[in-house]
Amino acid sequence: MELALAEETLARWQFGITTVYHFLFVPLTISLATLVALLQTAWVRTGKDVYLRATKFWGKLFLINIAMGVVTGILQEFQFGMNWSDYSRFVGDVFGAPLAFEALIAFFFESTFIGLWIFGWDKLPKRIHLATIWMVAIGTVLSAYFILAANSWMQHPVGYRINEESGRAELTDFLQVLTQNTAVAQFAHTITAAFLVGGAFMVGISAYHLMRRRHVAVMRTSLRVGLITLVAAGMLTAASGDRLAKIMYEQQPMKMAAAEALWDTEGPAPFSLFAIGDVDAGHNVVAVEVPGLLSFLAHDNFSDPVPGINDTQAAMEAEYGPGDYRPNIPVAYWSFRWMIGFGMASLALGVAGLWLTRRRFWLSERLRTGSEEVPRLALTRDRELGEGLTRWYWRLAFATMAFPLIANAWGWIFTETGRQPWVVYGVLQTSAGVSPSVSQGEVITSMTVYTLLYAALAVVEVKLLAKYVKAGPPELTDADRNPPTRIGGDHRDPDKPMAFSY
Amino acid sequence: MELTTVWFILIAVLWTGYFFLEGFDFGVGVLTRTLARDRRERRVLINTIGPVWDGNEVWLLTAGGATFAAFPEWYATLFSGFYLPLLLILVCLIVRGVAFEYRSKRPEENWQRNWETAIFWTSLLPAFLWGVAFANIVRGVPIDADKEFAGDLLDLLSPYALLGGALTLTLFTFHGAVFTALKTVGGIRDRARRQAAVLGLVTAGLAVAFLAWTQAAHGDTASLVTAVVAAVALLAALAANHAAREGWSFAFSGVTIAAAVATLFLSLFPDVMPSTLDPAWSLTTENAAATDYTLTIMTWVAGFATPVVLLYQSWTYWVFRKRIGVQHIAPDHPAGGAPGSGASGSGGRDDGGAPDGPGGPGSPEAPGGPEAPGDDLAGVGGGRPQGAGS
Repeated sequence: MELALAEETLARWQFGITTVYHFLFVPLTISLATLVALLQTAWVRTGKDVYLRATKFWGKLFLINIAMGVVTGILQEFQFGMNWSDYSRFVGDVFGAPLAFEALIAFFFESTFIGLWIFGWDKLPKRIHLATIWMVAIGTVLSAYFILAANSWMQHPVGYRINEESGRAELTDFLQVLTQNTAVAQFAHTITAAFLVGGAFMVGISAYHLMRRRHVAVMRTSLRVGLITLVAAGMLTAASGDRLAKIMYEQQPMKMAAAEALWDTEGPAPFSLFAIGDVDAGHNVVAVEVPGLLSFLAHDNFSDPVPGINDTQAAMEAEYGPGDYRPNIPVAYWSFRWMIGFGMASLALGVAGLWLTRRRFWLSERLRTGSEEVPRLALTRDRELGEGLTRWYWRLAFATMAFPLIANAWGWIFTETGRQPWVVYGVLQTSAGVSPSVSQGEVITSMTVYTLLYAALAVVEVKLLAKYVKAGPPELTDADRNPPTRIGGDHRDPDKPMAFSY
Repeated sequence: MELTTVWFILIAVLWTGYFFLEGFDFGVGVLTRTLARDRRERRVLINTIGPVWDGNEVWLLTAGGATFAAFPEWYATLFSGFYLPLLLILVCLIVRGVAFEYRSKRPEENWQRNWETAIFWTSLLPAFLWGVAFANIVRGVPIDADKEFAGDLLDLLSPYALLGGALTLTLFTFHGAVFTALKTVGGIRDRARRQAAVLGLVTAGLAVAFLAWTQAAHGDTASLVTAVVAAVALLAALAANHAAREGWSFAFSGVTIAAAVATLFLSLFPDVMPSTLDPAWSLTTENAAATDYTLTIMTWVAGFATPVVLLYQSWTYWVFRKRIGVQHIAPDHPAGGAPGSGASGSGGRDDGGAPDGPGGPGSPEAPGGPEAPGDDLAGVGGGRPQGAGS
């Protein structure tokens, strides 16, 4: 079966669907691993029940989430070979190594220690058990680094040469692939954005319970951890995003021009707030702009010129020959805005929350709350938010849970579609990367199967999360408070049930 | 030795690791249907591999990633050529991982039964399909001058390939049965040994047929040696199983798997994917390989990382060395009863075979399921502020 579509269209859609879906679970996994590890560390150090209950509550949600992240990641490892065999042949010498190391170093770490953490509560002394969740957290971050180094090489290929005889890219400097500024900046941006997701997740769920005055002690602590994470990660995401954008202005001017719908080179260049463009004519019909701001974002001053789409197109034709080197401009423009908009909205909510729920700073005695009370949202020293507004804040905090996830998804859509028509920027076009031996019928089959399967699993996962969110943190038992002192578990009662079984 | 040969061997080692480890957890998945008599026993089986199956599966991802890096052409031709069987394997592995993790997360009968059905089929199908895939790799498939797969699905379903599939399925199930005998106590342990005896005999028959066929069509002296080792090890595993020496039996079934994988790779060398159209179009360790520079880096990293991985994975098995039986299975621990609270908190739930869940007919997320237990469990967490200071 062959449809009247460009060869790469179906394979691209499949990659888009499966990767965006996979990445719904990844940032939460990365951030929750560390946040759960921090909560468990707090318990090990202080012995306070509230931290152990929080560890178990967030740990459970973390496990429900990581299961999806792990299984949807299996597909990613094989998709390059299945749908993009010519791409794989071309880049394998460069791109394969970070992927192999990701599995060998990071995945083994994650997957082995997660088993120890899940089943290890009654098998490991508490400090060793704590170490296992830190190992998982380290594994998730290492994994991110390797895969982002690989992706950065597609964004900005370095440390390679083209073998004229075989027509393939060959690695010449692996260290450069791992340490180039694109990789460092993408890593910083992606990791901080991941913590934005985890922070908002904690804030949202804590707000859900606090609004109902349930599980107050645990949720109050969690809210605090979540808000601090959200605000810190939000600011760092913005800073790292700014850095990444400056790098992209140098390395992929077309992507950034498309992000701004900046048709012609301008200096000073304005930042676009809203635009409706005419792609064929090459200009905007409607444009709302802030003068000079784009020059500032690209160059740190308000006057330097920023190259526009039309001029970049001409320059690329001169370099690479005739062709259309423009990505889908409306997608680039709007995805860039959704990314920033949703990300910064969650930061704003975090800043507001941190202020409203402050414990002592500029707060009268009357409005201060104890560790087992729902925090009162204090606007000024003596003035509390009204009951209605308080409810609205909690509700908004709950809804904001989704914002960083949406921002993450749009960010990936932006950076990947913005690189088109290239799969390896300036080196290999996407249309040259697909599998010649795979029919469109086969791609449609696999795409249908994955989409239906993923949709069904999404329903299952969200319902399960909702169930465990509603149930709240568990009560602790004596066994929970007294972990074993020897590896493999204490030998008091050979028939004692396991602390946890599948 | 040339680096390409080193990496051919390392890829073989990674697949051996994968089949040795995930082999028994596939087998245990199949046994949940053929050996377990009720839900408690099924849970015993699932929990023998609970802490380790995820780490076992990473051997596959590493084999895939290492093939991509060390032999990009092999990776490209293999996975685009075996498209639909690989799709089926991936779907199975996706569902299987979720099934292990989610099965115990709700108490309803339907929910648990559906995931158990999933665990059985998603263990059985890959166990079969990996054999089909490897038989095809050894036998050769239509590969054209551009290193592209030029056949169709039917080319992959030859009698030799199906025999290979039947062999891996029974071998892994046998391996799973001796693993179960090693890891359990009580009635299930005795029955695992009895079932292993039957499975071992069937496996021996299939193994002799498949290895003889492989040897006759593709083998050399070296592969003859490993084929004989595989056969002898299998008989030794059977004998040890008969004598109730479970550790030895498991070790020997592991040797069987390793020797069988070695036989396949020795039959293959120096090809990595022979072409049935023209031997000149075969992918070999030379024409499918990455550059020496990449292989050198890979060798250094693998040389350091692999022993570390083996170390901490072995440690995991040591931590969970205790045998388990029905008495060790924590009662269902639905929402509110996170790890640990099951033992005392929400105990008393009968998780025997009787359908007692309120799930009603339908899919795992059947209406009626979500709310009822949610309410009853909200009480476990309670509305009372707990914790800090208490």
